[in-house]
Amino acid sequence: MIRAAIKSLLGRKVRLLLSTFAIVLGVAFVAGSLIFSDTLSRSFTALFASTVGDVVVRPEGGTTADGAPSTVTLPGSLVEQLRDTPGAARVDGNVSAIGVFVVSRTGKVVSGFGPPAIGSNWSDAPAGHGLEGLRIVQGKEPHGADEVVLDERTAERAGYVVGDKVTIIPSTMLADPKSGAPVAPTRIQPELVGIAGFPNGGSLNGATYAAFDTPTAQELFLGGQDVYTDIWVTADDGVSQEQLRDAVRPDLPDKVEAVTGDDAADESASDLVDAISFLTTFLLIFAGISLVVGAFLIVNTFSILVAQRSRELALLRALGASKRQVMWSVQLEAFVLGVLGATIGLGLGVLLAMGIRALFANFGLDLSGQPLIFAPRTFIASYAVGILVTMAAAWLPARRTGRISPVQAMRDDIALPESSLRRRFVWGLALTVAGLVVLALGLFVDLPHSGWQVGGGVLAILLGVAAMSPVISKPFLALARSAYAQVFGSVGNLAGQNSLRNPRRTTATASALMIGLALACTMAIVGDSAKASIDQSVSQNFVGDFVVSNVIGTGFSPAIGEQMSKVDGVDQVVRERFGNAERKGDNQFVAAVDPAYVDALELDLDTSGAPGGGAVLLQRSWADDHDLATGDDVTLDMPVGSRTYSVSGVFEDNPVVAAPIVLSLDDFAEAGFPASDNVLILFTDDSAGIQDRLDAVVADLPVVTVKDQTAFAKEQREPIDQFVLMIFALLGLALVIAVLGIVNTLALSVIERTREVGLLRAIGLSRAQLRLMITLESVVIAVLGAVLGVVLGLGFGVALMYAVRDQGLEVISVPVGQLAVFLVLSVVIGVLAAVLPARRAARLDVLRAIATD
Amino acid sequence: MTEAAPTSPPAARVRNLTKTYGAGAAQVRALDDVTLDIAAGEFTAVMGPSGSGKSTLMHCCAALDTADSGSVYIGEQDLTTLKDKALTRLRRDEIGFVFQSFNLVPTLSAEENITLPMSIAGRKPDRAWYDSVIATVGLGGRLKHKPNELSGGQQQRVAVARALASRPRIVFADEPTGNLDSRSGAEVLELLRRSADEHGQTVVMVTHDPVAAAYTDRVVFLADGRVVDELRAPTREQVLDVMNRMAEPTP
Repeated sequence: MIRAAIKSLLGRKVRLLLSTFAIVLGVAFVAGSLIFSDTLSRSFTALFASTVGDVVVRPEGGTTADGAPSTVTLPGSLVEQLRDTPGAARVDGNVSAIGVFVVSRTGKVVSGFGPPAIGSNWSDAPAGHGLEGLRIVQGKEPHGADEVVLDERTAERAGYVVGDKVTIIPSTMLADPKSGAPVAPTRIQPELVGIAGFPNGGSLNGATYAAFDTPTAQELFLGGQDVYTDIWVTADDGVSQEQLRDAVRPDLPDKVEAVTGDDAADESASDLVDAISFLTTFLLIFAGISLVVGAFLIVNTFSILVAQRSRELALLRALGASKRQVMWSVQLEAFVLGVLGATIGLGLGVLLAMGIRALFANFGLDLSGQPLIFAPRTFIASYAVGILVTMAAAWLPARRTGRISPVQAMRDDIALPESSLRRRFVWGLALTVAGLVVLALGLFVDLPHSGWQVGGGVLAILLGVAAMSPVISKPFLALARSAYAQVFGSVGNLAGQNSLRNPRRTTATASALMIGLALACTMAIVGDSAKASIDQSVSQNFVGDFVVSNVIGTGFSPAIGEQMSKVDGVDQVVRERFGNAERKGDNQFVAAVDPAYVDALELDLDTSGAPGGGAVLLQRSWADDHDLATGDDVTLDMPVGSRTYSVSGVFEDNPVVAAPIVLSLDDFAEAGFPASDNVLILFTDDSAGIQDRLDAVVADLPVVTVKDQTAFAKEQREPIDQFVLMIFALLGLALVIAVLGIVNTLALSVIERTREVGLLRAIGLSRAQLRLMITLESVVIAVLGAVLGVVLGLGFGVALMYAVRDQGLEVISVPVGQLAVFLVLSVVIGVLAAVLPARRAARLDVLRAIATD
Repeated sequence: MTEAAPTSPPAARVRNLTKTYGAGAAQVRALDDVTLDIAAGEFTAVMGPSGSGKSTLMHCCAALDTADSGSVYIGEQDLTTLKDKALTRLRRDEIGFVFQSFNLVPTLSAEENITLPMSIAGRKPDRAWYDSVIATVGLGGRLKHKPNELSGGQQQRVAVARALASRPRIVFADEPTGNLDSRSGAEVLELLRRSADEHGQTVVMVTHDPVAAAYTDRVVFLADGRVVDELRAPTREQVLDVMNRMAEPTP
């Protein structure tokens, strides 16, 4: 039997190739996602492994919750003191700051939207375990205020070579608290004296890096005092990180902690990996989607293959093979196909991972320095998925072969017994209803892990509808047939009849497209609604005339606000600062404003309360979610330690104040956050040329922009556009699988109907008419999938938006144009998918085709 | 026995037709300089043992296959000069087919199958002719049925009706009774006979069955790619006689 199975595989190379397609793509998606996410997390871990020493001494609360340095520092004397620690080879003080932007030769800021712009002091201290960190690969170390070192990638992206004057904006620089005048210049132009790189591998993952000598870094980032953000203690040979940490501890002053490099690296890496873990989840969700789509194609392919071979299988039965043997011969074919598909898929997955890496590089997350990681689980998962999905999907058609009786070998044409459509419809209906219930629970009832319920519900509905589709699509297919017959005459009639001939096959093929398009539509609606909500809330809540903010969201010098307030025509400048604290272990975004200006923000407050003196304002939706109200206390872990604030008022959600907790500027500074502004709201007399005068203030700072209401709304919408675009790109791959599915089904149908095609050609159907017939068939499948997909996507999207309507997304907007584009696109997809099968059919030799069994 | 001497020009003419398969030692000469006229309005049978070239001859005449040299005329049209498009049109408009294995389109009803060549061409069937064809075929109330709801004999009668319906110049039938029991086969042969008698339809049938050949006006015998014998108004016995003679080894 094994030999028979393998012979039959080899005898059908074309069909083999076609059916492996689906498996290859599904596995490619799994492998690509896994390789990419492994590479991503490895590169972050690697990044942090080379950014910590053996033992890191740091102030408690020395960083804000997102890892940015706070105002809490260590005195320089501590470095000298630690030098005497037994087991310490060397001790180095570090100065680091986030938001130190390098400006390229062409005047553009070198940065993406994710990775930080790091400024630091140059240090040749080895990282933990003697790991070599950044090294000077060209030029020399920086000395004095006029010298800087950049990392290779940044220098290359900015177009600088050693000897150039580099423009750098240390936007975290401090302003004199009283006068507001900048303590450090707004823009510096040191000479590039050296290029740093990782001679032994490593990457900054798209972060930019600018290093000065220690006094300059202290001057630029820490107000010129002899202090450090943290201290690295390097261990002598034979001294472990733990031993060194324990040796350092007794010497430390209050509120200063020592952690091993391993712990510190894990901590930092895990924070960031957590922050980007949504990407991994995201990619695996898409792997799941593509596998579900792929499974459809495998079921379809095997059903067609088994149907085509039913006489041959009956012959095997007649020759004495048992039912079980026949079934297993089909399963064995599935196994071989699975192995083959998984192997090719794995290879394609590598390409896919490289593609995703390139895509992310576009968004600023540059991982090109990292080799791709092939973890054993990638191989195991790829083969397991490829083989299991193929065999499981082939099981349904294989089971049917058991019902072939030996006598059928003698008959001329035999039809495989099919399970009743009615029963299938009932099952599908039950699954859909169950899916609806689960989806509703996930969306409207407050349960833990509601994401799983939403996902599971959506999956159940998709599968249920796919199961019901042979029945519910009948009217559509019948309509398509008569429309075709009207427009294209007898060729149209033939095409319409063909799509009705095997509704299971037609709809299973369409279902693959349906899934991709349903999700694309959902995303289109979510994105469009989110943008509409932003527009609405910006237009309702925008106060003042201009908003000044940093494109990348990081802070900028308070000096800018001071200068703005002196511009002719500016009446008032309201500052907002943002920071990351923690509450009950979760990251918590907080904002701070000057209490004197709260009225100017026109917040819709339930009291006349104001922030300040230990009092905070809360955003309505957040307060409701956390059961807090005016008069309650809220405790936050700030950089300097735990602080408890009283709630003096609750305001309605407002995009001008992006954080749910609003402090006063004084409380914010007391909590250890650096004095850098994130947003300025300007009230002006709107006199002519005011925008130009304001722009002049920030002309030196390409990262800080002055926006009126329209431009602000546009800027707020942009990340959503990017996000939706990214999802579309991923769903595009699911659509490619679906399109190949149509190609596959059509090609197999053409093979199956070879004799019929020959007959039609013999009685006078021209090649062009034959191609038209197959194209029309293809278009029916594609449009059916698109219609089902758009209808389902509309349902999912509206339900989803309805469920989150009280979370700041009040507007449900359906992008009708976009949905129409999807439908038109499906016709194009149909036409394209038909090209190869139609060509193949048109090329059939008439005589041979008629003679075919 | 009435001599049905042709008065009109032949429906098809074959001139010096030669076709070989393979090369070298394995070369097979399927048609070896065949010259033949098919008289209009006649029912002609082509007979011969397996490998005699009878099927190849028919395929070449029916514009399904091309020969190496020589020419085939359907009416005044030389097939060997035509390109695929023109051949397709010729098959559609001038030629009717009946295959051994019925070859109906399973998705279409009997009636739709019959009118298919005309609807592909975008023409309406000639109502009177269509009705008379339907009457001759005698399918009665089964016209709306799909092929799989019809018996083998009925399916083959639908196939004959399809071949006749577009009033082709010539109908080719390739072993039309090969897959049928003798009663159904007799019905189909009756039908072809009547179409020649009543409508003056030219029919060429390839067969190896002497009983089927006895229905025709003329039998052409092929062996090793050559026309070796010919009978007019044959009987079953005469046909068997010739076949036996051909089976004897040539001295």
